[in-house]
Amino acid sequence: MTSGGAVYREINVGRVCGLLLLMCFLALVPLEQGIDQALQAQSRSVETLYIPSGNILRRLSLGHEGLLADIYWTRVVQYFGRKRLDRATQFKLLGPLLRITTDLDPQLVIAYRFGAVFLAEKAPGGAGQPQEALQLLRRGIVANPDYWRLWQDLGFIYYWDLKDYASAARVFQTGAKRPGAGVWMKALAATVAARGGEIQTSRLLWSEIYRQAEGDSIRKSALDHLLALQAQEEMEQLDRLLLQYWQRKGYPAHSFRELVAAGFLAALPRDPSGAPYRVLTDGRARLAPSSKVDLRLLH
Amino acid sequence: MFAVETFDLTKDYDVGFFRQRMKRALERVNLRVATGEIFGLLGPNGAGKTTTLKILLRLVFPTAGTARILGRELDDIAMHARVGYLPENPYFYDHLTAEEFLNYAGELFGLRSSERRRRAGRLLERLGVAEARDIPLRKFSKGMLQRVGIAQALINDPQLVFLDEPMSGLDPLGRREVRDLILELKGEGKTVFFSTHILSDAEMLCDQVAILDRGRLQGCGKLREILALGVALTEMVLENPSPELLKELSAHARSLVRTGERVRLEVPQEADVAKLLALAIRHGAKIVSLNPVKMSLEDYFMAQTGATGDAAAGQEAASLSGTKLRQQ
Amino acid sequence: MRRIASIALHTFKESVRERVLYNLIVFALLLIGTAILFGSISVGIERIILVNLGLSSISVFGLLMAIFIGIGLVSKEIERQSISSILSKPVRRAEFILGKYLGLLLTLVINTAIMTVGLYAALFYQKRTLAAADLVVLQAVYFIILQFALVIGLALLFSCISTPVLSAVFTFCVYVIGNFLADIRWFGQETGSALIEKGTTVLSYLLPNFSNFNAITQVAHGQGVPGYVLLSNSLYALLYVGILISAAILIFEKREFR
Repeated sequence: MTSGGAVYREINVGRVCGLLLLMCFLALVPLEQGIDQALQAQSRSVETLYIPSGNILRRLSLGHEGLLADIYWTRVVQYFGRKRLDRATQFKLLGPLLRITTDLDPQLVIAYRFGAVFLAEKAPGGAGQPQEALQLLRRGIVANPDYWRLWQDLGFIYYWDLKDYASAARVFQTGAKRPGAGVWMKALAATVAARGGEIQTSRLLWSEIYRQAEGDSIRKSALDHLLALQAQEEMEQLDRLLLQYWQRKGYPAHSFRELVAAGFLAALPRDPSGAPYRVLTDGRARLAPSSKVDLRLLH
Repeated sequence: MFAVETFDLTKDYDVGFFRQRMKRALERVNLRVATGEIFGLLGPNGAGKTTTLKILLRLVFPTAGTARILGRELDDIAMHARVGYLPENPYFYDHLTAEEFLNYAGELFGLRSSERRRRAGRLLERLGVAEARDIPLRKFSKGMLQRVGIAQALINDPQLVFLDEPMSGLDPLGRREVRDLILELKGEGKTVFFSTHILSDAEMLCDQVAILDRGRLQGCGKLREILALGVALTEMVLENPSPELLKELSAHARSLVRTGERVRLEVPQEADVAKLLALAIRHGAKIVSLNPVKMSLEDYFMAQTGATGDAAAGQEAASLSGTKLRQQ
Repeated sequence: MRRIASIALHTFKESVRERVLYNLIVFALLLIGTAILFGSISVGIERIILVNLGLSSISVFGLLMAIFIGIGLVSKEIERQSISSILSKPVRRAEFILGKYLGLLLTLVINTAIMTVGLYAALFYQKRTLAAADLVVLQAVYFIILQFALVIGLALLFSCISTPVLSAVFTFCVYVIGNFLADIRWFGQETGSALIEKGTTVLSYLLPNFSNFNAITQVAHGQGVPGYVLLSNSLYALLYVGILISAAILIFEKREFR
């Protein structure tokens, strides 16, 4: 009786343990999902950095600050990407994250360049903090005096975000003097000084950014800006044509087909993203709703 | 020339959590071990045998006193080249095989690799562990480890071999082999100094013994002198002695043990034997046996250390048995 | 001399058989492999991330190895009493300490070499070529090895004094504090008390300065270390290791093995 009882008990314990294991796991999974969701919802509303100072972090990193900088850099990219996905209008942590990244590794040039584009850019494209971007870039220039492209980025912020053409030209001039600077910097300085707000100048600058882009996001942003500029230019041309048509015919056109029929255009005009242009009721060109061009970038 | 000499060797340890108390592990120990003899350091556990050995091998430093090994001072490291040592409860390196370990030991003696290989092989054979030469030491039994320990003590063909409890962990066959080995070593002209608490081994092997108890040397002398001391006592066994007889006998007999119908007496003084025998016969007791008992090392040992652990009583007992010994 | 080499080689073999070693190496190599993936997430700094992660892994894992094995170098032998069979042979105590030290140093150098080869393999895989500029990585590796030399010395010294666990704690603490010596000095100056300032200054020169040996970040950007820094750091390491080993020998000479 006792031996049989012992065996019986043995099987029981094993089964019970196995069952318990399984049940706990099954309970854990939905629980963890719930916790994740709750925390995520919380983290969306509370945007804080637990260690706000990059210099303290640098001290604590015991010689691994480079790696920590790289980790923070990926956080920057992820943060920005996620915010864009959520169609956020605020990028509160972008500046601080970039600051920490560059505190940890002042020579991580790509962080400065990223900041130049996305920190300065107005919402929803960026954080809309051009002054912070200027500060960031200035620190970058101090830490990397030989990296002349940062001067270009600095000048670019003055030009595009602050519309301060005189300062932009000045910065481009200084940058042109740095060893190894691209030959076009001088030309850029002159162009900016002479023809500050013109579309051609802007296209020149954005083309340079596109060409030098050190990251997919920067490159895409530059492309979007170029397309917008191109569309802007094309729309100005189309507006002039529409005006000519109106003057000629005495009534405004309602679609570009009329212009094609009247010989003003060879074919139906399409914007750089391939969508056809439309005509507004007030007789001006506009983008189709399906167009991928974002004119808000051109504020 | 003496192989080992100690002069008033004393060792104190600081014990207690704050090292505030002092424990005297050895007190003024004086030994003389002649070259070529087998010397046994005997004593109960905790007597200080291992401490003595460790001082001689410079693993522990004496508080007072000095010693010489092969005529050299203790801090002469070069002297170690001619000495072999088997530690108590040997532990070596788990990850090494027996052969690798002996090779390492040989390296430390500065032997050439061919020489190391040859000696290691021979020693492993001699100690009966040749089959396990490629097995890592962690898989060895205590007895096998003991044998490997003896092998590494002999790898440098030493003049003087220290063995701390060489028989421990061995079965009777193993002990016999080690005993034979020790005798062989003596035959090769080596001096063997070993410690043990197994008296029968010492009795069979030693030329000289010293008895250590609680740090003090209780006795030291040539074994044949100790054992050739004549009759230590006489044992008398009677059957059903009368109570009056017993009362008379107990005055002269040392121990009286009753088992059923039989009573066993020990009569220390030879002179008393005839008298007590006559007494017993007069009372009509039946005499089962009458045996003279020669002193054994155990008796000597018990006399020196005292069965109750009282050194004073031990002294008294020793003087009662009339042994002439070198006392400390 | 031969005996030192013998003990060193023996220590090396013993360390190599520690299974933990293999786990750490494999883990480190895996990390380096992951860095290749990691880098491709954020284009433009692949090489920087790879070098940072690779060297930081080598440094951290090597540190763990140095501490983990170093603390048992002497204390294990004492605890298990295998030391009595060594010191009863014609081996000077100083030779024993030196042999143990060199054995562990050898172990770490070889492990670091293996991991460095892994890093270079990863670099090669990334760019399909190795430029001369990639050689500066070796400078950082050299500094990392110098750090190991110091840590092993510390672990060895503590191993002569206390138990393995405490040795690990002390060694790790000294390593961490050794990275903050400049801050300690600054702190002492800021407090305004001359006594504290004196104390912190003395402390900062007494403890080993590990922060001088951090070259990972600059090497990741392809910048080399100036020659005089290489030289002075080597000298510093040599001197400080000399101090540590002398102290260990001093303590060990007086040590008894009951």
